[in-house]
Amino acid sequence: MTQSKGRFGVHGGQYIPETLMNAVIELEEAYNHYKNDPEFNRELQELFNEYAGRPSRLYYAEKMTKDLGGAKIYLKREDLNHTGSHKINNVLGQALLAKKMGKTRLIAETGAGQHGVATATAAALLGMECVVFMGEEDTKRQALNVYRMRLLGSEVIPVKSGTATLKDAVSEAMREWTNRIDDTHYCLGSVMGPHPFPTIVRDFQSVISKEIKEQMLEKEGRLPDAVIACVGGGSNAIGTFYNFIEDKDVALIGCEAAGRGIDTFETAATINTGRLGIFHGMKSYFCQDEYGQIAPVYSISAGLDYPGIGPEHANLHDSGRAQYVAITDDEAVDAFEYLSRTEGIIPAIESAHAVAYARKYAPTLSKDKIIVITISGRGDKDCAAIARYRGEDITE
Amino acid sequence: MSKARIKEAFASSKAFIPFITCGFPDVETTIAVVEAAVANGADLIEIGIPFSDPTAEGPVIQGANLVALQGGITTDKVFDCVRVLREEKGIKIPLVFMTYANVVYSYGAEKFMSKCAEIGIDGIILPDLPYEEKGEFDAVCDQYDVALISLIAPTSESRIAMIAADADGFIYVVSSLGVTGTRSEITTDLGSIVAKIREVTDVPCAIGFGISNPEQAKKMAGIADGAIVGSAIIKIIDKYGKDSAGPVGEYVKSMKDAVMQ
Repeated sequence: MTQSKGRFGVHGGQYIPETLMNAVIELEEAYNHYKNDPEFNRELQELFNEYAGRPSRLYYAEKMTKDLGGAKIYLKREDLNHTGSHKINNVLGQALLAKKMGKTRLIAETGAGQHGVATATAAALLGMECVVFMGEEDTKRQALNVYRMRLLGSEVIPVKSGTATLKDAVSEAMREWTNRIDDTHYCLGSVMGPHPFPTIVRDFQSVISKEIKEQMLEKEGRLPDAVIACVGGGSNAIGTFYNFIEDKDVALIGCEAAGRGIDTFETAATINTGRLGIFHGMKSYFCQDEYGQIAPVYSISAGLDYPGIGPEHANLHDSGRAQYVAITDDEAVDAFEYLSRTEGIIPAIESAHAVAYARKYAPTLSKDKIIVITISGRGDKDCAAIARYRGEDITE
Repeated sequence: MSKARIKEAFASSKAFIPFITCGFPDVETTIAVVEAAVANGADLIEIGIPFSDPTAEGPVIQGANLVALQGGITTDKVFDCVRVLREEKGIKIPLVFMTYANVVYSYGAEKFMSKCAEIGIDGIILPDLPYEEKGEFDAVCDQYDVALISLIAPTSESRIAMIAADADGFIYVVSSLGVTGTRSEITTDLGSIVAKIREVTDVPCAIGFGISNPEQAKKMAGIADGAIVGSAIIKIIDKYGKDSAGPVGEYVKSMKDAVMQ
């Protein structure tokens, strides 16, 4: 019996239709080859630096630090990357890999639209065809990003099945991949799905913690006491955590979307409310009912509105190495406004979940402590929705 | 007993295998449709336990899953339905479940399989459980004599021998790329796939995905040991609702006649 691959503790694996098995095996072999290929790495580094604008800044949030009166706060500015979020890190890596594999077409799922925009961008740059699946509900919440993807030459397919949100977009992208494998790479946007995706996406996103480490040593001469990031599937969080996993004194804190609260059904806080299951190619924690039907989760943030979490996070939770806290819509919206006013930085509503936790956490620490919050994306896309949340109707 | 019963279903003639989503549009209709299918020559029936996010299904079966779940179907109610089919309706042909790994995992694989054994389910198809992951369920399936049915796809190629050598019950040969749903044409070289399977096992092969009319069924039965039809039947049930038993019965008869030719 062939052993199950891609495990993080009990989590992970490859729970996908037989039709896709050779495709993921081919992907794994190609990745294992190219990840050690100097030419591939040189090209990727060049794209990161010259095209995406890396390294991203590690910014000392002095006003926020003084206002909260506790730990010193740094912001890892992934919002300053080209396309406005951390998603570009993974997409450039996967698109380049797909191109080397001879694929000519990228498909992707997207929630908030950030991954879709990043994929559409990479496809335009590398001359590839691109189709993005997006829940119909999300196409309404994130109309601007739909326009951006179309502007970049991609086709955007609104997904009407299920709850018409991120999980349904993933399901539809998986269905499309089983339909067309030869020329198509599924550019999965988070550290989830079947092996090797959780590993590939983590490796490409780990540049975040690699840079934080270097920048922190340069600025402070030591490692931070905690790094904080929002978690949906968990790609910016694993990117933020990865190079600190072995540094046991650095606390790793993931912020899940509690929606209207973890004691309600309108939540997407997987670690806090889910249980072990098998879905979307992986074993991990999922929000589900007693019969294993996947729950129709909710968050104000389209990017965190997902009923599962990547397998490596599930394992970091099991081992206690990382801590996962739940942040409500209200707290996230407050933090969205707070960071805008305090630092002049409008964070994505996803990233605002991490800011919200830092607002509670920093004051409990002494002034000689240092925390880093990853601002995974910029918040322009969210302005109309947040205005609506506050009862103001603005047209974009 | 279960595995022997499946083997027997393929023994006398080419098999016709309908797929029916349990609880679509309600359990009473499912029972009536299964009875009609059996009376009209079905050799084995796949009973779908609805799942919220059926990633291997096309729009037709996705829709049936949704309606059934909205109607309140649960895994326990599906077990009750099978119990009625076996005990009250006297259905003797093999019955296999088709569902997703999480439905079994969430129920507890051991508890799930022991229920299957108790009510007379002979096998299970989990389209999101490929060869590499089946070890997790193999032992408990064996323990309760429930065949864990393997799928082989047009893309399986070098994997065919490995999968077939380990296959149980029957082999579900996926006719085409993509998800379930009717197709006007099936272009995969199924003959060579079945030939590769035959090199390593005599476990029966049934072809599914995309088959809707007698002509296709006849062709598939010419290549393999049987044909599986899902979406075309679900479309009939969608059209006739609670009055589906008659039309499904007629359809099954036409398909069984075709595979026997």
